[in-house]
Amino acid sequence: MAADSPQVASLGDVVGRHDTMDGSKPFITTRNLDFYYGENQALKSINLDFPERRVTALIGPSGCGKSTLLRVINRMYSLYPGQRATGEVMMGGVNLIDPKVDPTELRSRIGMVFQKPTPFPMSIYENIAFGLRLHEKLSKGAMDERVEWSLRKAAIWEETKDRLNTSALGMSGGQQQRLCIARTIAVRPQVLLFDEPTSALDPISTAKVEELIAELRTEFTILIVTHSMQQAARCSDQTAFMYLGQVVEAGATAQIFTNPREQKTREYVTGRFG
Amino acid sequence: MSARATRRKAVNLVAGVVAGAAALLSLLALGSILWTLVARGLPALHWSVLTTSMAPTGENGGLANAIVGSLIQVALGMAVAVPIGIMAGTYLSEYARGSKLGDVIRFVSDILLSAPSILVGLFVYVLLVATTNTYSGFAGGIALAVIAIPMIVRTTEDMLSLVPVALREAAAALGAPKWKVVTLIAWRAAGSGISTGILLALARVAGETAPLLFTSLGNLNWSTSLGKPMASLPLTIYQYAGSPYDDLVQLAWTGALLVTLGVLAINIIAQLALSRKR
Repeated sequence: MAADSPQVASLGDVVGRHDTMDGSKPFITTRNLDFYYGENQALKSINLDFPERRVTALIGPSGCGKSTLLRVINRMYSLYPGQRATGEVMMGGVNLIDPKVDPTELRSRIGMVFQKPTPFPMSIYENIAFGLRLHEKLSKGAMDERVEWSLRKAAIWEETKDRLNTSALGMSGGQQQRLCIARTIAVRPQVLLFDEPTSALDPISTAKVEELIAELRTEFTILIVTHSMQQAARCSDQTAFMYLGQVVEAGATAQIFTNPREQKTREYVTGRFG
Repeated sequence: MSARATRRKAVNLVAGVVAGAAALLSLLALGSILWTLVARGLPALHWSVLTTSMAPTGENGGLANAIVGSLIQVALGMAVAVPIGIMAGTYLSEYARGSKLGDVIRFVSDILLSAPSILVGLFVYVLLVATTNTYSGFAGGIALAVIAIPMIVRTTEDMLSLVPVALREAAAALGAPKWKVVTLIAWRAAGSGISTGILLALARVAGETAPLLFTSLGNLNWSTSLGKPMASLPLTIYQYAGSPYDDLVQLAWTGALLVTLGVLAINIIAQLALSRKR
């Protein structure tokens, strides 16, 4: 089985292809990344390159470690004692999992959107302003501008411009999720992590979020964890298939879905297990 | 219909009637108390009761000093208890999950919650009255605070633990440091529940007599000094209700009505605040 070898796959060759194809460079690279929940090892020697301004999908059965990998990249795990990572997650020459790196600053550069919409119990405007105030001192006018900018970017401005001061909890689930995306990009991060962003949404809202991701890829480096293979195929430039805490295979999305090298990948993408 | 179904229906009917009767009985007790209070207290509720201080029998005294004394001591108690209670509840919920120290504090706080209030009075007597050689409104306020703190700790912790982890993670993912996640997100999300807990604690201490017996003692004269003995409504009710004079007993009924109405109002406000948020 593929899970036996420690370094099963890396996106290196894919990145190489992108380099020649459209010149994108790896923005985040992981090397020998291990992760533990207490005694339990959840990630085993992850070596992946995530190219700049591309969408990378992480797929695999439940418990394979794909969400965990996202939570390592923005150091979410460090909120909980007993969870630890070793190895390298390099971005701009810095190892992100080095305890010396300030996680709050790191998270302003690497935003995250969660599975369930998580609007804060305050107005739509305040939901956006909350993140902005954490990192910047803006005048009222500049704040207004940035709120509008981020709501426009998240394609939700038209629906919200007349009700900015009403509670965000009154929005539909799909609107809430796009508000959460707006809130995340308002801080102007460079990387966006999506953890199954549409699994709680109806098909129409899902389509809107996917459209949005397609637009955002021109400005952000995007990682998306998804259980939907169609979503991975539709949204991503490249795909990594994970199983039992390891990367089985990674490559251009078209190749992973049409011509996978590994038997396990073939079985998963054709729906024979998972 | 089978015999079994008939029996089930009968049992169901009996259970319903018994439960309904029990509910009615407890409501009856409350209704009877309220009715008695209104019937006996209301006739003597004149403006003068609120404006004149206590006086010896036959001199048409009121309850003004007791009312003001109660307000001062309850305000002092809550001013001390609210910040301590909220911070301690926040510590238990946000910083001490699963820690030994947190478990110990939670256990001790829960014991304090069910401690007889007269013990709290004795504790504050030893701490503040015996050492200063004087009964005082200050000691009374502190005794009320000791009663209120564990209640506020409990509701704060419970309400904070209802705030979804996802909400905290979402704030942290935007780069919020932990203290901002707690104060700007968790407190806000739990705000109406915490306020309700504070109001319920307020209602509870406003009616307390035992903790004031050996702390603020009571005072027949008008006094707003925290360093001197201070009157309060529950203590006055306790003293007057046992007196042999009809006019003082009448004032005790009126005082009891006032306390009950006040506590009832606070409870209703608390319930409204909670239901509006839901």
